[in-house]
Amino acid sequence: MTGIESDHALAIEVDSLTKHYGKLLAVDHVSFKVKQGELFGFLGPNGAGKTTTVRMLTGIIRADEGSASILGHKAGSLGAKQMSGVLPEMANAYTDLSGWNNLMLVSRLYGVPDGEARERGEGLLQKLGLQPRKDDLVKGYSKGMKQRLILCMALISDPQILFLDEPTSGLDVQSARLIKGLLQELNARGKTIFLTTHDMDEANQLCHRVAIINQGRIVAIDAPEKIRLATGGVHSVEVSFNGEASIETLAKLPCVNSVKKLGDKYRLYTADPGELVASVVSFSGVHRLKIVSLNILAPTLEDAFVALTEKETK
Amino acid sequence: MPFGATVLQQARRCLTIARKDIRIYYSKGPVVIFGVLFPVFLFLSFTIGRHLEVDFMIPGLIGMVLFFTATAISPIVVPWETQARTLERLMSCPVTIETIILGDILASFAFGLGISLVPIVIGLALGITISSPLVLAAAVVLAAFGFAALGNVFSIPPTNLPATVNMIASVVKFPVVFISGVFIPLDELPAWGRAISYVSPLTYFTDIARRCIQGQGYLPVAVDLLALLAFAILLLAVAVTFHRRTMPKRI
Repeated sequence: MTGIESDHALAIEVDSLTKHYGKLLAVDHVSFKVKQGELFGFLGPNGAGKTTTVRMLTGIIRADEGSASILGHKAGSLGAKQMSGVLPEMANAYTDLSGWNNLMLVSRLYGVPDGEARERGEGLLQKLGLQPRKDDLVKGYSKGMKQRLILCMALISDPQILFLDEPTSGLDVQSARLIKGLLQELNARGKTIFLTTHDMDEANQLCHRVAIINQGRIVAIDAPEKIRLATGGVHSVEVSFNGEASIETLAKLPCVNSVKKLGDKYRLYTADPGELVASVVSFSGVHRLKIVSLNILAPTLEDAFVALTEKETK
Repeated sequence: MPFGATVLQQARRCLTIARKDIRIYYSKGPVVIFGVLFPVFLFLSFTIGRHLEVDFMIPGLIGMVLFFTATAISPIVVPWETQARTLERLMSCPVTIETIILGDILASFAFGLGISLVPIVIGLALGITISSPLVLAAAVVLAAFGFAALGNVFSIPPTNLPATVNMIASVVKFPVVFISGVFIPLDELPAWGRAISYVSPLTYFTDIARRCIQGQGYLPVAVDLLALLAFAILLLAVAVTFHRRTMPKRI
C-alpha cells in the first residue's frame, strides 16, 4: 500500500521499519515511498509513532528491523543527513547564542562555505522576519521566533529534502502562515517535504499525499481528497440563528442524525443535506428565528482521520 | 566520499562543535565553580599553614587545577544539551556521534590547557625552575586530553540533569586527588597506597611535574608519559563506545 507510481525517482523509501521501546511496539513494520518533489504528510494521534518514524528516518535513533533510504543513501548515514534539513519536534536553538550564530553553527556543521552561508542566512532571516533580531540571544526570542529560526537552521544548507516534525504546533497565526507559505514556496522549487502534523487543515492545504499512522501501523496512504472520499462519512448542515434554539427541537427535525452546539452555531449531521436545509428554513420561520448563516459541510479529512484511527483502535 | 576526505570533513565539524562548547559553556556557573574556584580553595585548605616549599606545592597545584578544569566541561555538555533540547538538532546534522564526543572533549581539553598555565606562571613568578619544559608540556597535553575524556565518561548515563553528572564526577574526582601524590609524594606512600595510586592518571602527571619542577620523580619519565597516553586512549575509547549506546536513549 504505497499509492505511488513506480516510475518516479524516490526521495524516501521505507521498508518494514520497526521500533520497540521495551515491550511497546512503537512502529510496526511501516512501509511507504515518497517521490522527489512531493509534499508528504504524516498524520496520526499522539503516541501513534510519527516522531519515532521521523527520528529513524533522520538517523537520531536506530530501527530494530526494516530499512529506509533517503535519496538512495541509507537513512542515518552521513550522506543521507547531508541532503536533509531537519526540524525536530520540541527542538530548541542554543539560547546562549544569537540567532545569527546558531545559523552559522549549523552551516559549518553542514560544511556550507562561509560566503554562501552568510548570503543564504541573510535571505532566510529576512524572509522569516528575523533580520532585525538576528544578533539578539535566542533566550529573548518568542516561541514563534524560535520556531522560525529553527526552520532557517533546517534550510541553511539548501537541503534537497526537509523533515519537519510539527513545524506549526502551538504557534500564533502569523508565524504559522509564514511557515506554511514558505513550505509551499520551497515545494514549488522542487524540494521534497516530509511533514508530520496534527493539523488536518494544514495537511489538506499543503500535502500531495498523506499517510495516517495509528498504533504504529499505517492505516491509510493516499491523496487527502481520496482518503476523505473513500472513508465516506456523513454530511452536516451548520447553522446559526439570531437567538437561542433548542437542541432537542432541532434533533427532532426530519433527516437529523445528531446535533452538536459549536459556539454560536449548531451542527446537524444528516444523510440528506438538501432535505435538512428545507427543514431548517421552516424551523426558523415557525420559531421566529432569523438565519444568520447556513452552510452544508462535506465530511472533512479530520472526519476521515477520526474514523480511520477510531476503527483501528477498536 | 573517500575515507580520508570524510575524516577531514568530520575533523573540521568536530572543531566547530568544540568552538560552540567554548562559547556556551566556559561561562556557566558549575564550570567556573567546580573547574576553577574549587581546586584552588581545596588546595589552599590543605597547604596553608604547613610551611611547604614552593617547589613542592606548585606541581600539586598544577595537577589539581589541570585535573579539575579539564574535567569541568566535558561531563555537563551532553546532559545540558539534552535538557535544553538542542541535542536532537545536533544529532540530525551530518556529524557522527564520535565527532560530537570528540568536540566536547576538545573544548574541555582547551579549557584545562589554558587554565593550567595560571599555576605554572604563578610558580615561575615565585621562582620555580622547570628543568624539562618540553617534557612538562607533553605531560600537560596528554593529561589534559585524558582528563577531558574522563569527564566525558562521567556523562555516559543518559540523564538530562547536569547536577546528577556533577555528583557522579565528584564521587570519583575527590578520591582520585587524594591517591595521586598531590598532597603526599609517591615515594612517601606505603606500598599499598602506591599500588592504588597507579590506577589514577593524575598520579603519573603529578609525578612527572615533580620531576620537572622539584627535580625528583618516583617513576621514569617514559613510564609516566606512556601511562598518560594509554589512559587518554582508553578513556576516549570508553567514552565513544558507551555514548554510541546511550546517546539515542537521551532523545
